[in-house]
Amino acid sequence: MTSFYLNGKSVSVDEDPSTPLLWVIRESLGLTGTKFGCGMALCGACTVHLDGNAIRSCVAPLSRIAGKHVTTIEGLAQDLSHPLQRAWIEVDVPQCGYCQSGQIMSAAILLKENPKPTDKDIDEAMSGNICRCGTYPRIRRAIHRAAELSAEKKAS
Amino acid sequence: MKNLNDLVNPLAESPSRGSSPLPLSKSSPMPRREFLKTSAAIGGGLWIAAYVPELAARSVSHAPANASVFAPNAFVRIAPDESVTVIVNHSEMGQGIYTSLPMLLNEELEADWSKIKVEAAPVDAAYNHTVFGLQMTGGSTTTPSEWERFRKMGAMARLMIIDAAAQKWGVAASECRVEKGVVIHTVSGRKATFGSLVEAASQSKPPATIPLKDPKQFTLVGKATRRLDTPSKINGTAQFGLDVRVPGMLVALVARPPVFGGKVVSFDAAEALKIPGVKTIERIPSGVAVVADRFWSAKLGREKLKVSWDDGANANLSTTQMLADFSKQSASPGALAKKTGDPAAALAGAAKTINAEYDVPYLAHAMMEPLNCVVDLRSDSCEIWTGTQFETVDRANAAQVAGLPPEKVKINTTLLGGGFGRRANPASDFVVEAVHVAKVAKGPVKVVWTREDDLAGGWYRPMWHDRFAAGLDAAGNPVAWTHTIVGQSILTGTAFEPYGVKNGVDSASVEGAADLLYGIPNLQVDLHSPKIGVPVQWWRSVGHSHTGFSVESFFDEVAHAGGKDPYELRRKLLDGQPRMSAVLQLVAEKAGWGKPLPPGRGRGIATHFSFDSYVAQVVEASVEKDGTVRVHRVVCAVDCGRTVNPDIVKAQMEGGIIFGLTAALKTEITIENGRVQQSNFHDYQMLRMFESPEIEVHIVPSELSPTGVGEPSVPPVAPALSNAIFAATGKRIRRLPIRAADLVAASEVKP
Repeated sequence: MTSFYLNGKSVSVDEDPSTPLLWVIRESLGLTGTKFGCGMALCGACTVHLDGNAIRSCVAPLSRIAGKHVTTIEGLAQDLSHPLQRAWIEVDVPQCGYCQSGQIMSAAILLKENPKPTDKDIDEAMSGNICRCGTYPRIRRAIHRAAELSAEKKAS
Repeated sequence: MKNLNDLVNPLAESPSRGSSPLPLSKSSPMPRREFLKTSAAIGGGLWIAAYVPELAARSVSHAPANASVFAPNAFVRIAPDESVTVIVNHSEMGQGIYTSLPMLLNEELEADWSKIKVEAAPVDAAYNHTVFGLQMTGGSTTTPSEWERFRKMGAMARLMIIDAAAQKWGVAASECRVEKGVVIHTVSGRKATFGSLVEAASQSKPPATIPLKDPKQFTLVGKATRRLDTPSKINGTAQFGLDVRVPGMLVALVARPPVFGGKVVSFDAAEALKIPGVKTIERIPSGVAVVADRFWSAKLGREKLKVSWDDGANANLSTTQMLADFSKQSASPGALAKKTGDPAAALAGAAKTINAEYDVPYLAHAMMEPLNCVVDLRSDSCEIWTGTQFETVDRANAAQVAGLPPEKVKINTTLLGGGFGRRANPASDFVVEAVHVAKVAKGPVKVVWTREDDLAGGWYRPMWHDRFAAGLDAAGNPVAWTHTIVGQSILTGTAFEPYGVKNGVDSASVEGAADLLYGIPNLQVDLHSPKIGVPVQWWRSVGHSHTGFSVESFFDEVAHAGGKDPYELRRKLLDGQPRMSAVLQLVAEKAGWGKPLPPGRGRGIATHFSFDSYVAQVVEASVEKDGTVRVHRVVCAVDCGRTVNPDIVKAQMEGGIIFGLTAALKTEITIENGRVQQSNFHDYQMLRMFESPEIEVHIVPSELSPTGVGEPSVPPVAPALSNAIFAATGKRIRRLPIRAADLVAASEVKP
């Protein structure tokens, strides 16, 4: 049995400790918002937060997760109130949408650490996430917009 | 695809030229045919039968308990709670069709847009593409196919609801109007919501005629409208094929041969079966299936499985060898695709001639969601969940394998995590294989492809070689143009061959070359279609993906050879092409063609006509000392007729440009000793955020019928980039992907 916190709730799973977190989340715990794209930490579709850091869950063995806090796209804000989600809707970022959970989870850490990122900051933080549909220009716009929305929220 | 006898001439009514995968030309009779189909059947119960096939059963399961719904046709359903469900018969793979088609329907229905929901259509003839005659998504044809039908289906529902209200109030229908899902009696001001009229409307007779709005009255079509699917795609609730879970479902991976066409000789599953969770390991036609209770067990099991393969006839296949073979073959003319004037004489008499050869590699689609398919096979039924672009074909092929009639096969189309053509496989490879796995799994099973499976799995964009010669007159104007193309035929050997291959010429191989818009008096395009054991398939923009690059790059060479400005020469030779000419001039103006650039930067221009749309692009690029190409800015102008949702058109142009830049700068599938050399995103690299340029899209306003949007921005970007590199460095790119090594010397020699 391995126990950890998923989106704030304590969960326990009986899985081989080498099983990547991605498949534990998707298959054992039934949260499918986190995506499989490459299995080698090359595309970022599986990005989740582990104790407040962005990680690629496809290469994170369950043994590394014990006792820690994992946040997935489902734990960000189901009501779409997170500034990134609001910005994503405003800019209409997604096309096929498959990579977007990972994009947003990466962007969330960027904004947490750097509330007003430059284009270069965005390049550095987001280049681990592939989008085959080519939504990069809109992701960039939406991150800038989310930064504004966060600033407005703080100011008010 | 030999199993399609039950598809009676699926494409018989499609015109013979135009875009891929199967032609939809400007002269398409679609709207007229749709009108005839509708009007001929009106007045009888047959009409409803034709349009409301499996609807009753589905309505019950989706409607609130004990409530009836108003389902006037197969495309819309209105419930007492005011919700309006639009049943969309094309797959959502990013192109925004789950928003654009409801917009078309609601332009006429005039329901409250916030009440619109979308549901994927089941497989049924009622949902066939209006031109191609089968249920499918591809060829950038969804909006052209549905432009009239979806508006008619919405208008029909509105007329029946108005009729119900008018009868209830005892007034003339002509005195009633609709606003945001409410019928209003204009004279008395009485109001009734759609939801309150559901039962009464269900008794209304279908209207004898369905007049449509004058486009001048449009309130939704043509307006940038936010996508309906965005919320579900940013909170984890969107359901892709890979997310489907069925009670008791197992997960399978398949060990496939390392060489195309290889066969299993024997296998040893002893070690694999020791992996906890592995249930069954069995041979299937495409390899060996490893069935487990979860993905990770199946993956570990497959790693432990020992298979002895017979590599077969393709064991020595080499793309290096093919490069040389193709070039050699292109030295002699192939099957004639187009001939005007007397190119040989014009070349012989030209003041100057130039020659060039171009190469592009095999490319994988590499959708972010790897292929997958869930199958629940029973003795008398087969239910499938998958992201597919090819429902009718998949159903026929799955039925064949399942040994069931097609009507016993139910396909649930999920969202597609990218398609780009790969999920419209003429042989239904990933669906057929999953049915075979279901036979050995003895229970519902999801077959998952890993990224490695996907990249090595074939069905690539073909490798192409293009050889050109051009003759220029004394003033530097091109008077002769010959183009020999070498590459595998996509359509040959499929059920579509009779419709797309004529006199040895596959229309998908020469599109964008044989229909050149430039006025060159002596023109010849011919084709060699070598048979090679690598499965090939349409890939976003199909044949245009190579002709766009080669034709527009060589045109640039011709302009420079004649001492002409590449933009001015294009403008001159597009004299009889007002739409392309307008697009070209717009892009030049917006890009500041001819204006000074920062040192080291070059500007390149290209145009391309595909999927009945006109696109021109200008790229600004520079080359660093180490040969790294930097793409700074891409300006794109498009004329795609009337736009349904201009913001989605812009998004498709942006996405197609990134897709095309990835092909220009990054990707190639190579094969040596019969084995694909690439395996994952480290050696099949995608363009990433830091390489993504600034993109500007300008749409030419138009009142003409809508044309393709999903693909037409792909072809021009590679040549515009290559032409920009030439402008910056003097180095001509004749082979994709662009290699830094080829450019190192260039960046150093340029003053």
